[in-house]
Amino acid sequence: MSDQPSLHSRRGALKCMAYGGAGTLFMLAGGVFTPVDLAMAADNKPGAARLGKPLFVQISDTHIGFNKDANPDVNGTLTRTIDLMNGMAEQPALIIHTGDITHLSKPAEFDLAQQMLSRLRTTELHTVPGEHDTTDPTVTEYFNRFGKASDNKGYYSFDHAGVHFVALINVLQFKPGGLGTLGPEQLAWLAADLKGRSASAPLVVFAHMPLWTIYEPWGWGTGDSDQLMDQLRRFGSVTVLNGHIHQIVQKVEGNITFHTARSTAYPQPTAGEGAGPAPLKVPADQLPKMLGVTSVFVVKHPSSLALNDTTIA
Amino acid sequence: MTLGRSRALLTVIGVTALWLFAASSLSNAAPPDATQIVIKDFMFGPNSLTIKAGSTVTWVNKDDEPHSVVSDTGLFRSGAVDTNETFSYKFDKPGTYHFTCAIHPRMVGTIIVQ
Repeated sequence: MSDQPSLHSRRGALKCMAYGGAGTLFMLAGGVFTPVDLAMAADNKPGAARLGKPLFVQISDTHIGFNKDANPDVNGTLTRTIDLMNGMAEQPALIIHTGDITHLSKPAEFDLAQQMLSRLRTTELHTVPGEHDTTDPTVTEYFNRFGKASDNKGYYSFDHAGVHFVALINVLQFKPGGLGTLGPEQLAWLAADLKGRSASAPLVVFAHMPLWTIYEPWGWGTGDSDQLMDQLRRFGSVTVLNGHIHQIVQKVEGNITFHTARSTAYPQPTAGEGAGPAPLKVPADQLPKMLGVTSVFVVKHPSSLALNDTTIA
Repeated sequence: MTLGRSRALLTVIGVTALWLFAASSLSNAAPPDATQIVIKDFMFGPNSLTIKAGSTVTWVNKDDEPHSVVSDTGLFRSGAVDTNETFSYKFDKPGTYHFTCAIHPRMVGTIIVQ
């Protein structure tokens, strides 16, 4: 791959992703991924300037409180992640956390997570909860801390640099045996939120669980996401960001680019490997290569966004 | 070892064996085992349990991943149940109670109270 952006077929782009490894930049232009060789990642190498301005960094699945074999030191790996982000030559305008901030929704876990995240040089933090953040019996710990942006509903929107951001919650209304759910109330809110918006406005939609079905037997999907896609399809540039599965999975459908981020805490098996999505134990020297963040750059403001995954290795 | 000492040791062993026997037969006779649901490999086992009204069901998590036990009707809701932790609920009224794990909603189970 060249280090200059070049047009490839979508098939070529997907092929590239298969061996992309730790540092492949995907430039999103007109709904088609264009792979660009990337050795620079968050390093401050000369080529980084060509990436454009960093718009935001997505961090996910920090699972503060987790202490099992798969990573006995999730605080340490989050610290390394934060150092990596703080080391970016140009700081992103904002940070998005796509959920599972904590492991068990305990107050002490939330407090520690907030304390650690407060070290970020970029202070604007937007969050959505994961199901691990809403397991307390009263489902109040997350909302007491992060509920203000959404009036305790969990979904909200905001604008930054010409990009419209939509935060959605899909971890509250589980149907037994089913996938995550957005629910009619949230979908109606979104319809009103998007009404009248120009189709040329770039859209970034984020939620914890994947907003497309990756693997139904493990609940890796959202049951009513078809209704969401119906609303997003008319837009020229849509980036859908999720966490939950602790590994990168990508898909392009029309103008919609789907992307799941790595965790900063521990990896999970690929779909269907084993009894369920339990923490995956890997040799200690492999672990940092399986943890990381996603940076999103404005490539040609405001028409396209580029995604770049960086590990903490 | 003198004969007296070895006899004393044998007595200790004998008493311990009796005690263990008593303990195991007690646990065999007691109902708690019949009202326990083991969570293992992302499944409730058994996933359907029939009990008498007034019984307490205990869920114990044997996975490395936390799970939860949440009634479909909102009657009960555990917090996160981490590895080797338990959650218990006493069922007073006859009926059929469905529950799920809110962290892994494909995990479902039923308690039938007679």
